[in-house]
Amino acid sequence: MTNSPEAKTPDSKPTTIDETLDHGTFGRLIEPRSENRLVLESGTWHQISPKYVWVQLISTGSFLLIVIAATLVLTLLMHQVWAWIPGGILTVILAWTLAIMPRQARAIGYQLRDDDLVFRRGILWQRFVAVPYGRMQLVDITHGPLDRGFGIAQLKFVTAAATTGVTIPGLEQATAETLRDHLIQVAESRRTGL
Amino acid sequence: MTEPQAFTGGPVVAGPVRSPLSDGDWHRLHPLTPLLRGGIFLLVVIGVIVANLRDRLVFLFLPWFAPDVEIEDWDTGDPIDWIVANNLYFLAGVVVLVVLILLVVLFYLSWRFHTFRITEDDVEVRSGVLFRTQRRAPLDRVQGVNLVRPMIARLLGMAKLEVVGAGTDANVKLEYLSTANAEAVRADILRLASGRRLTDAGPGGAGPTGPRSRAHALSETVSRGITGLIEGDEAPVAEPESVVSIPVGRIILSQVVSMSTVAFIIALIAVAVAASFGIAWVLFAYVPALIGLGALWVRTIFRSLRYSIAPTPDGVRITFGLLTTITEIVPPGRVHAVEVEQPILWRPFGWWKIRINRLSGRSASEGSTDQFTTALPVGTALDVERVLRLLQPTVGEDEWALIVREGISGPTEEDSFTTTPKRAWIIRPLSWRRNGFRLTDDLLLLRRGLIWRKLALVPLARMQSFGLNQGPVDRALRVASVRAHVVSGPVYASVAAVDRDRALELFDDVARAAVHAAVVDRTHRWAEAAAAEADAGAVAAGGSATDAPLQPSPQSEVVPPAGGAASPVPDAASGAQPVPDAASASGARPAPEAPPAPQAPAAPDTPDIPAPPPADGERP
Repeated sequence: MTNSPEAKTPDSKPTTIDETLDHGTFGRLIEPRSENRLVLESGTWHQISPKYVWVQLISTGSFLLIVIAATLVLTLLMHQVWAWIPGGILTVILAWTLAIMPRQARAIGYQLRDDDLVFRRGILWQRFVAVPYGRMQLVDITHGPLDRGFGIAQLKFVTAAATTGVTIPGLEQATAETLRDHLIQVAESRRTGL
Repeated sequence: MTEPQAFTGGPVVAGPVRSPLSDGDWHRLHPLTPLLRGGIFLLVVIGVIVANLRDRLVFLFLPWFAPDVEIEDWDTGDPIDWIVANNLYFLAGVVVLVVLILLVVLFYLSWRFHTFRITEDDVEVRSGVLFRTQRRAPLDRVQGVNLVRPMIARLLGMAKLEVVGAGTDANVKLEYLSTANAEAVRADILRLASGRRLTDAGPGGAGPTGPRSRAHALSETVSRGITGLIEGDEAPVAEPESVVSIPVGRIILSQVVSMSTVAFIIALIAVAVAASFGIAWVLFAYVPALIGLGALWVRTIFRSLRYSIAPTPDGVRITFGLLTTITEIVPPGRVHAVEVEQPILWRPFGWWKIRINRLSGRSASEGSTDQFTTALPVGTALDVERVLRLLQPTVGEDEWALIVREGISGPTEEDSFTTTPKRAWIIRPLSWRRNGFRLTDDLLLLRRGLIWRKLALVPLARMQSFGLNQGPVDRALRVASVRAHVVSGPVYASVAAVDRDRALELFDDVARAAVHAAVVDRTHRWAEAAAAEADAGAVAAGGSATDAPLQPSPQSEVVPPAGGAASPVPDAASGAQPVPDAASASGARPAPEAPPAPQAPAAPDTPDIPAPPPADGERP
């Protein structure tokens, strides 16, 4: 667990909510190197907790171990040669997922602008979404057993459109609750129709 | 049906109402409802029994028709044989009678316990005898009200009324009402939802609702139901005239000239080839496909027949369906995305199709057959423009010319759309000249497709969120794809391969414009803030029968509550505040409407203006 507070970029206008949101998160956003990447000129990105990487590594890693064990048992002990094919494919995919996971987690970010929330994720496939606060139908916080052990949670911002898909994983639980209360509060003052 | 119930002292609607059913008290549905909901099923059951026992019944009751059947041939396990053998006719008759009486009593009870009421803020339905359910739909979230008249119900002059809510399985159904009642109730629901008060529409909606005996009320409802039965088809209701008329020939031809036909012909050729090589059994596999395609054609054609679309003060009224007629009124601001589409085979004919995304309020298990997503099944460019104007009434006049000329018909010489840069032609090799977007004050226009020409119109006030995506190929070519997130439906609001800088600009612009559009949007109570505008619009529309309550009338003076009447000027001023905002936001809107709003109290339509105060309380 690397919960060491990393160096923070000094905010021009530090407020209490910003401090809460940036407590114990990654300090630098990873972006594609190309000049052609998508960049927002203004605003500071809030990032997620490094604990998310650990949670993902443990869950994906244990799944990978199960797959490898099952493949080995099937092929070596039970002499089912076909099991090499699905086992091999799954192993490669999971190993690749594990390899890029730390970088992917550093590419997840969100901005709380005046009237909307901007969410970003992905390096190779970049995705930016802007959701006006008033469009919020509900905020969902979920944490599984592993998440709870590490003290993180996932926050989902639900609108009337299924395609919005703004799900911020790996927030510290206190951060998630602060963010939820903040979102509900600003959404209340900007309530719109559907 | 107007029997006043004293279940709870529900809020009473201020002012007179058009239909006695929407006075805020609990009412029952049409007395023939059980017959339609359960009776048909019962008839089917009886029919099945009779069909299965035909021989037996013929033998028992008309033995001379079946002389060659011997009673000893029958197995002893059969209950009917047992009855016959033990001579228990009387007992069997009593059992059947008891079952029938029980069914009738159950139907009667379920009808008695199924009540609804329409108050100022919501529509409520209670049903169930043992397991009571109660459902309430808030009126400011009403997405539309539709009237479904299935074939059998139409013969009886009855209709299903469905108040479409926002969400999954969020609809409130009133089935069944007599057609005239259903129309009146719908008008009332829409009027209440619009934020206007109900006003008396004249003698049509009269009906003293004083205390009367239950027996009297019951006999009245039954006699009214029987009258409806005799009258047969729906009582004539003043229907606004459609702005588009589709010839039957065009509907059929458009269905024949479609991709499913092409697939069918290709399959036919394949089967012919296969059969010529001696694989005859393929023909049998082909028969189900043939039947399926035929059924699809017939269904689509039947649905498209009788199509009409017309403006009403409370939204767009769309009617379709030959056998099951569906009339739906979609209030303003309930259309989340519109798409104009032209399949390649329709191009020689110059036909287009319009589909929309809206909240249907149905659960996943309910079929989509009655659901309305096609706003225009097939029409010419002129029809398309007319329908679009109805669906997006806030768009300015000069904008329409542009939408039709550039948006629908594709790239022109001086194109105002931002299209795919030439370097990224490989992503859209055919349509890169056409593929693009344009942001106006109210709409985001997404134009794409050369073979299947499509234009998506997304009203900014309805857009839920906005996204940019960039994959590795996009990045190498310095482009990105943009996507507007709207409620689910047939419209896909996305355009690929937009210049990266333009996409980022659009991202900011849309974010700003969408927030602004959502703030100035007042369509959840569409007639409230824009009362003056609606009035003007209704007068301009020619004043159909349903417009009558809009006109200033002496009776409507009493409508506003005491608080509103005491100080009309400040209330009206604060209530009308959003109007100048909206006008300044969309420069395309006719300017003259903005200034009169604050002075409206002096104008003759004073009664309509004090309506906003309740809303001021809700949303400071």
